[in-house]
Amino acid sequence: MPDDALLTIDDLCVAYDGSNALNGVSLHIGRGELICVVGANGAGKTSLIRSIAGIVPSSRGSVRMNGIEISRRPPWDICELGIAQVAEGRQIFGALSVEDNLLIGGSLKRAKQERAGTLDFVYQLFGRLRERRHQLAGTLSGGEQQMLAIGRAIMSKPEVVMFDEPSIGLSPALTDVMFGVVKSLNDQGITVLLVEQNVAKSLALSSRGYVLENGSVVLHGSSGELLENPDVQRAYLGM
Amino acid sequence: MQRTSDQASDAKRWGAGVAVFAVLAVVGGVSSAYVISLLTIVLLFTFMGQSWNLMLGIGGQLSIGHALFVGIGAYAVAILNIKYGITPWIGLLLGAAIAGVVGAVLAWLSFRFEVRGIYFALLTIAAAEFARIMFGGWDYVGGMQGLFYPAPSGTMDLAMLRGDSQFYYFVALVLAAVGVAGTELISRSYWGYVWRAMRDDDEAARALGVRTFRHKVLVVSISAAGAAIGGGVLGLVQGSIFPDSIMGMGISVDVLIGPVVGGLGTAFGPLIGSMAAIPLHHAMGSLGDSLGIPGLNSVAYGAVLILVVWFLPDGIWPAVVRLYEAVQLPARSRISQLRKVEE
Repeated sequence: MPDDALLTIDDLCVAYDGSNALNGVSLHIGRGELICVVGANGAGKTSLIRSIAGIVPSSRGSVRMNGIEISRRPPWDICELGIAQVAEGRQIFGALSVEDNLLIGGSLKRAKQERAGTLDFVYQLFGRLRERRHQLAGTLSGGEQQMLAIGRAIMSKPEVVMFDEPSIGLSPALTDVMFGVVKSLNDQGITVLLVEQNVAKSLALSSRGYVLENGSVVLHGSSGELLENPDVQRAYLGM
Repeated sequence: MQRTSDQASDAKRWGAGVAVFAVLAVVGGVSSAYVISLLTIVLLFTFMGQSWNLMLGIGGQLSIGHALFVGIGAYAVAILNIKYGITPWIGLLLGAAIAGVVGAVLAWLSFRFEVRGIYFALLTIAAAEFARIMFGGWDYVGGMQGLFYPAPSGTMDLAMLRGDSQFYYFVALVLAAVGVAGTELISRSYWGYVWRAMRDDDEAARALGVRTFRHKVLVVSISAAGAAIGGGVLGLVQGSIFPDSIMGMGISVDVLIGPVVGGLGTAFGPLIGSMAAIPLHHAMGSLGDSLGIPGLNSVAYGAVLILVVWFLPDGIWPAVVRLYEAVQLPARSRISQLRKVEE
């Protein structure tokens, strides 16, 4: 395991009602890295993110952020340490305005001081959100809601952002836009954990990847290696 | 440009609020004693409804037992004042504090053990009924015979919060105005959007670092304290307190009918809902008495609820706003078209 790892996950297990969703997953993310975790539906991708975020408790294993053990901590502590997530299905607060959604994201201690500046940054990144900042978030289109979910995560001034299937439900053109945003955030120094079913595109974007099956990591390596791997090609790339 | 139009609509909202309460103040100066006493009750339930509204309409936590907090406030004021001659101002503060703590403990216990939603609502009924029975059997607070304030002397005494019915009308008017303005201010504050966020999606709020557990306890506690202040004044206005009347299910229903009829989560809803429902309730009560049909007032409540749920499911106030906008918007867009042509 490299010394410069920002987030280190070791032997993580998550169980719902006795059946294991995660079965001893180990992975690490270096500072500034963009890695992806790919796998089919039900492989445990979402459980991995929810468990790191402290939303679902882990039954075994450890998660360390900057060397601090966080696997038993509540979600707000974990947010405060600089881990943000863009949840699957976006989890937008539909009855709140776009701006209020963003302000909630920026309410953490680590982010509150610079909130006005961060808000401006988000509006620069997504001009559409500025135009619609007083509109109820529930009235936004799918792509705009995804932008809002990403903007809300940025508002917390995170070191790591975990994306849970940002391309889900988006048109191919919008998917490319969304992956472009993920890439540009990474270029600005934010570490990214990208969880995706879109294996080809996410491996093209990331430096390394992990393949998750039935709650376990079955393969990992550089994205180039994984793209060349015959098992990956057959199972996920339809070759 | 956007900012200035926001400020304009803000100013309009506050202006409308001030105008409504100014009209109500004039009404208080010129109306008959009967109308004033009825409106006093309406305004008190506007305030208590507003506190209930904060909890459900914004915080997403349902209570059907707000009589518990109303009763705590009423008894705190009455016990201190009647037994020890202490000013109701102290009683109101103490009652609000006790109710706030009781609300917080109730919320803490239920949310800690995952009692949520409708089960929490059932728990609030149980707590209110428990308190009603307990107070009924407690000699120190007068048991079922209740407590009586001395007959009003008719002279106004602000320090002891005593006066004629017009005096209490203005006390209730101030409370209602504070309730409406307070709800508006809270719902725009950090607490307001955090509470609405956790109402919408608890898990998403937690994932963003919101301590939803604390905020739920907080909103219940604030709501309980508000209801207790309303209850303290209600006891003074009525001149007597009995467990069955001040802590009974009827009070819990009276508290929630305003916001439900008027519009959940809105600043003006509870005022409009109480205006619509409570006078009807009283009128039907008197009519029922004179016709010898007891319970006609409850039938009226039922009818109003059915009509509102049927025709205006989100309440009267949102429907008024929609109507206003439907009338205004075409006119405005015509003006902006004219301006474009001129340019």
